[in-house]
Parts: sequence; C-alpha cells; structure tokens
Amino acid sequence: MSSVSITDVTRRFGSTTAVDAVTLHVPHGSFTTVLGPSGCGKTTLLRLIAGFLQPESGTIAFGDVVVAGDGIRSMPPQTRRVGYVPQEGALFPHLDVAGNIAFGLDRESRGEARGLGNDRVAEMLDLVELPADFRTRRPDELSGGQQQRVALARSLAPRPAVVLLDEPFSSLDAGLRGSTARAVRRALAVTDTTALLVTHDQNEALSLADQVAVMRAGRLVQSAPPNEVYLSPSDPQVAELVGGAVVLPGAASGDRATCALGEVVLSESAVGEVTLVIRPEQVFVDRAHEVGVRGTVEELDYYGHDSAVRVTLTDGTAVLARVPGVLHPVVGDTVHLRVTGLVRAYPSGATR
Amino acid sequence: MPLAYVASYTVVIGPAELWQLLFRPRIGELLRNTVTLTISCMAATTALGVALAVLVERTDLPGRRLWHGLLVAPLAVPAFVNGYAWVSLDRSVNGFAGAFLVVTLSYYPLVYLPVVAVLRRLDPALEESAWSLGHTRARSFRSVVLPQLRPALLGGALLVGLHLLAEFGALSLLRFPTFTTAIYDQYGSTFNGSAATAMAGVLVLLCLLLLLADLRLRGNRRYARLGRGAARSSVPAPLGSARWPLLGAVGAVVVLAIGVPAFSLVRWLVVGTSTEFPLDELGSALASTVTLALAGAVVTTVAAVPVVWLAVRHRGWASTVIERSTYVANALPGIVVGLALVVASLRLVPVVYQTAALLVVAYAILFLPRAVVTVRAGLEQAPVVLDDVAQSLGAGPLETARRVTLPLIAPSLGAGAALVFLAISTELTATLMLSPIGTRTLATEFWSASSELRYGAASPYALLLVLVSIPATVLLMRRDPA
Repeated sequence: MSSVSITDVTRRFGSTTAVDAVTLHVPHGSFTTVLGPSGCGKTTLLRLIAGFLQPESGTIAFGDVVVAGDGIRSMPPQTRRVGYVPQEGALFPHLDVAGNIAFGLDRESRGEARGLGNDRVAEMLDLVELPADFRTRRPDELSGGQQQRVALARSLAPRPAVVLLDEPFSSLDAGLRGSTARAVRRALAVTDTTALLVTHDQNEALSLADQVAVMRAGRLVQSAPPNEVYLSPSDPQVAELVGGAVVLPGAASGDRATCALGEVVLSESAVGEVTLVIRPEQVFVDRAHEVGVRGTVEELDYYGHDSAVRVTLTDGTAVLARVPGVLHPVVGDTVHLRVTGLVRAYPSGATR
Repeated sequence: MPLAYVASYTVVIGPAELWQLLFRPRIGELLRNTVTLTISCMAATTALGVALAVLVERTDLPGRRLWHGLLVAPLAVPAFVNGYAWVSLDRSVNGFAGAFLVVTLSYYPLVYLPVVAVLRRLDPALEESAWSLGHTRARSFRSVVLPQLRPALLGGALLVGLHLLAEFGALSLLRFPTFTTAIYDQYGSTFNGSAATAMAGVLVLLCLLLLLADLRLRGNRRYARLGRGAARSSVPAPLGSARWPLLGAVGAVVVLAIGVPAFSLVRWLVVGTSTEFPLDELGSALASTVTLALAGAVVTTVAAVPVVWLAVRHRGWASTVIERSTYVANALPGIVVGLALVVASLRLVPVVYQTAALLVVAYAILFLPRAVVTVRAGLEQAPVVLDDVAQSLGAGPLETARRVTLPLIAPSLGAGAALVFLAISTELTATLMLSPIGTRTLATEFWSASSELRYGAASPYALLLVLVSIPATVLLMRRDPA
C-alpha cells in the first residue's frame, strides 16, 4: 500500500489535450473518486497511473517511488503493482473464478489455490462477500455484480500498492449498483487499500469517497472531501456537476444579495454583481402562505420520497426545487418560494 | 508473391510478344468461355440459392430440416468428383451446357448457406413492421428482407465466381476449355512458361476485376447490426396449392446434386472393385494426403497468427497492406500459385523444385485467407482489456500471450487448421503441378484414373475424397458464415 502523487501530468492525443497539467495527491489508504462528464480525460488519467499510457510531462509517484516522469524510464504496468478493475469486470473467460483470482499470484500460490485449503482465493472470496463454493464457477455463470466482485478480488489478491477502478458499476442495474458499491468499499477499507475510482455518476462519486476530484476538459478543477465539493464547489459549473443547482445572477452587498428569488444570505460576503448557486433542496415551496416570490408549477417529477418541481416565476425565471414527497404540489398550482440556508456567491463572469 | 511473379514476368516478356501471345483467336475463345460460364453460373447459383433458402427458411414446405441437410450436402462433393460422376454416366454431359449444369449444382450451396444464416438471424419484427405498414408479404420481402440479404448474396456470388475462375478438374473432365484448363494444358505440353504465364496474367486480372466489382457493389452502405440472437422465429408463409410442385422442385435439385453423384459413385465402385481394388495404393495415397494436409494446415495456421495479430491489435498502414494482400491471395487460383512457384523455384532455388516443402508453401499461400478469417474472428472476441488486466496483475507481454491470448484463441486456431486441412486434402491443381515425383495423393490418383477414362479405378479415390470432405462441410454448417 502506498500513496499516489500525480504532479503536473499532461498527456495529449493528436491536437486534443486529454489530461492537462493535473496535480492530485491520493493519501495512503484513502478512497478517491474522479468525477467528470464523459470525455473529460478521467479514464486517460487512470490509464496513466496504471502504466498503459505514458505522460508527456509531469511525474507519477507511488509513495516515494517515481514510476513515470520526466527523464525517467517509465515502469511497465506489470511491475507497478496496481490492481485494475475495468468496466464490466473483464474476467478471463477461459478460467474459473479461482483461476481468475489467482492469476496475479506467483506460481506456488496458484498451485495452492487449486487445492481446497484456506488459501488466498478463499480469503478473497470472503473479502468480497461471495460464498466459497463460487471458486469453481465460470465467469458466464455469474451475474454482473458478482463478476465485478470477482474482478475486485482478482485485483486485490496480489496485494497491490493501489487499486484503480474504471466506472466499475456503470453496467449494473440500479439495485445491484448500490449493494456492489458498498461491498467494494468495505473490502477496500478492510484491506486498507489506496483506491482511485473513475465515474461520471455524482451519487457514486459522493457516497463512496474520502476525496472527490472533479475533472473538466482535461483539467482538475477541484479536489476535496465530498461534503466540501457539494457545499463549496469551486465554481458554478462544478456545482452543477456534483448535484442539482439553481444558478441565478444577483447583486451582493456584504453578507446579503438580491436575486429573482428575493433576498438571500451569503456564506461569504461579496460586493457587486455575482452569480448565486442555490441547491434545489434550499428552495422552500409554500402552498399555504403568500410569503416569498410567486410562481407557477410547470412540471413535476415524482420520485416517491421527494419530488423535483420546476417553477416559473412571474418574471419568467425557471427555478428547480426539491420537495418532500408528502408535500408535493400539482402542475398549475400557484406557489410562493423562499430560499433557506446560506447561498454561495461567485464573481460574475467566473469561468463558464 | 505469385502476384509479383506474374506481373514481373509480363514485363519481362515485353509488350510485343505479350501482344502476340494474347491476341490470338484461341485466347478470345477462352475469354468468351470463361466469362460466359462465370457470369451465367453466378446468376444461376444466386437465383437457386436464394429460392431454396427462402423455401426452406420462410415457408411451410414439408420436412424443412431434412431438406436443409440435403441441400448443403453437395459441399462435401468436390466439383471435379461431381463432374466425373456426371460424365461417366453420360458422355453427352459436356461443353457449356454440361459445365453449367455440373458447376451450378456443385456451387449453389455457397450462396444458399450464407443466405440461410442471414434469414435465420433476421429479426422477424422487421418484416412484421413492414406488414403493419400495409405492405404485402411479397412486397415487404422485396423492400425489407432483400436489402438485408445483399452482403450475404454478394459474398456468396463472389465465392462462386472465384471458385469458377479457378476451377480446373470439373471443367477439364467436361471438356469445356477456360483459362485455367488452358494454362494447365500449356504447362503440361510444353513446359513453356511464357504462354502459360501470359494467360495466368489474364486470369488474375479477371479475379481482381471480380473483387473490385464486389467492393464497388458493397459500397459504403451501412447495415444496422442485427439484433442479438434469434429472438423469435418467423411465421412460415403458407404455400397453398403450390406446395407439392415446389416440393418436387426441391426434390429434383437434391436428386441432381446428390443423387446422381452418389448413384454414379456406387455404380462405378461396384463395377470397379470387381476388377481391381488396390488397397495398398489407396492406403498410401490416403497416408500421403493426410501427411501433406497436416503439414500444410500447421504451417498455414502458424503463418496466420502474426498476420491476424498485426491486423487486429496494431492497426496501421503496414498491417492493412498485409491483410488486404491476403484478401487478394484469396482470389488467386491454385493454378497461378502453382505456376508461379514452379518457375520461381526453378529460377531461384532449383533444389526445392518438386519437394514436399514447396507444395506446403503453395498450400499456405492458397489457404492462408481461410485461416486468417477464422483466427481473426477468434482474436477479435478476445478483448484488449484482458491484456491490460493481465499486465496490471504482473504478467509481461509474453506471459500474457501464453496465459491469456493463446487459450482464448485456441478453439479458432483449431477450427482454422481443420478447415485448411480439409481444403488441402481435396485440392487438385497445385498438387498436380507441384507434388514430388512418386508422391500420390487421393486427388492426383483420382485424377490420373479418371482422365484416362478408367472410371472404375477412380471411384474408390472419389469416395475417400467425399468422406474426407464431410467433416469440413459439417464444420462450415456449424459456423456462422456471415
């Protein structure tokens, strides 16, 4: 186990810069998710760390050992001791579960794995919460979630320095995704493994990680603990990427600002024209009292536990609000909106 | 390489002599024969293949499964054995009509099989939506099904055309001279390289024209990927009162394509074995056939692996050229490869002339495309991401090849080798030209007996050839010839 330090790494493909001067530190034993839309360079970053690609500039170090960097002969993937879990698991179809898990072990342990003793394969199956009799199953006899667990077990068996996961849950259906993700997180925590997971799913990124690194167009725009990324995104675009957001222009003076939703309280004081980011759950939809800004319910997505409500204000501004399921209005209702809690303000004209 | 030989030789001969060699009435006649036979047979096999495929796959013809097996069976009878069967029964089967009949009956499965495969995989929902949009059954077949059949049809017709251009045994037996038979005669009578080579040049040109036409016709049209697996089978169209006449027609095809050769073979076998049954010679011919085919299969498959590797994993300028050139080699008739190797070996390394090694090289050149196609399908199903995973688990490139890639493509290597093995064992032309003196294979023994009109003596060899071909046919039927 070791930490991973990426320093000023750049990688181009032709004229496009897939990874642009990225610097990221993944502490020993931590779980970092890289979040970004497709094509932002997050998978390239992962492949650079694994050694399948070489950086054009910058350095990558595992602990104190530089594995790739300026003027250094890049260490090939097979000697880096990285565990790699690709999309859909990619189990070796010609081997059974035990053969897959033991693939990266030395010859001696592989022989041992064919026996039935309390070997590394059994240990790994236990770790990923699969029954021991799965060892003789073929990959095509496993469900998608089980395949992912075996793929994780396979990557962890040789005790890698770091585990890299490339959108491992994106092919699973919603129900399986949650349980598989939790099993993976537990297994990584038990083994105190440094892990980096790449995803475009904000829920996955926020719920699994100790640290979320947000990428956009090849650049790393923010890396921080999940709640900080959600509550204090570095700019309005990051705010939209990590959750729903109502982005409105406003005029600030001190710790207050006025906007289409009336007067709001700022988390940090500002002056002049600002861009305000309000989370939909901060917008209180009042059907009973005429307090706040008037609007009409245009659209409603009902999820049961809550509803996403799109309201058009009298001045034409569209606002998204999140309402507990028991309180939801109906389309056409006239409602009044108020903003609760603190609102972040960004200088107008910030990177858009 | 044979291509380079033919090209360079035509340059060496010089345009004046080339003009003399080529612009003779004889050549004109050969050209007319070759082209008319090729085009008319391509048309006939296409019509017959599609009609039979639709009858078997899309109608309520009685006993459809049985008919399917019987209709594919002609693949197991090499065309020259079929020609022998017909001509030995009735001398009047010769010339254009005879050649047309025999060759069409031998080669229509090359169209029938891929068309059946497409019809089976085609989602019936496509047709059903056409019906629901108000098209009649016949019209929706034309507007929806036929366009989907196009690649299979073109591929099948191309195969028929290439086979025809290369066909030697059957046409020679039926006394219908084409370029291929003329090249062989020229070569056999005079050992005169230049005339034979000039004609070989024309033959190669015809093959390339055919390939080019195929590419043009295929064009850039895109066909949406067919749905995965056969979701449902389609509802068979009722034939009504046409049922029994059509059944009779299908039966007639089977009788002509299978019944006649079978009857003829058995008859000559009975007649022939009463006079002579040379078990020793049969045994030794079988042994040398198996040995040569085994060697050829191994060499060809091993040669296919790097070609496929480059083509699939390292796409680039060089790999595309290599891959395309094996595709062109697909169009090279055995006679051209044979001729090229004879001349090249005599000029450059006379030691290898008429050795088994040279023959194996010829086989490798001829059948590399088949091995490449099979092995390629296997390697394409082995995802690159598995290599990444193996590397991340500490396996170097060689270890990855040994522990991951090879086990994954092993079945396709086996299938490719089997296909090549069976193709070699029924190969006639190159074997006749290149086999070492004293080496007798089933095909050459059959040939020497039947061309001397000793039909009875030829029959046991023919039977063995058919038996050897049966596994290949089964293999081809199992695979999905898309």
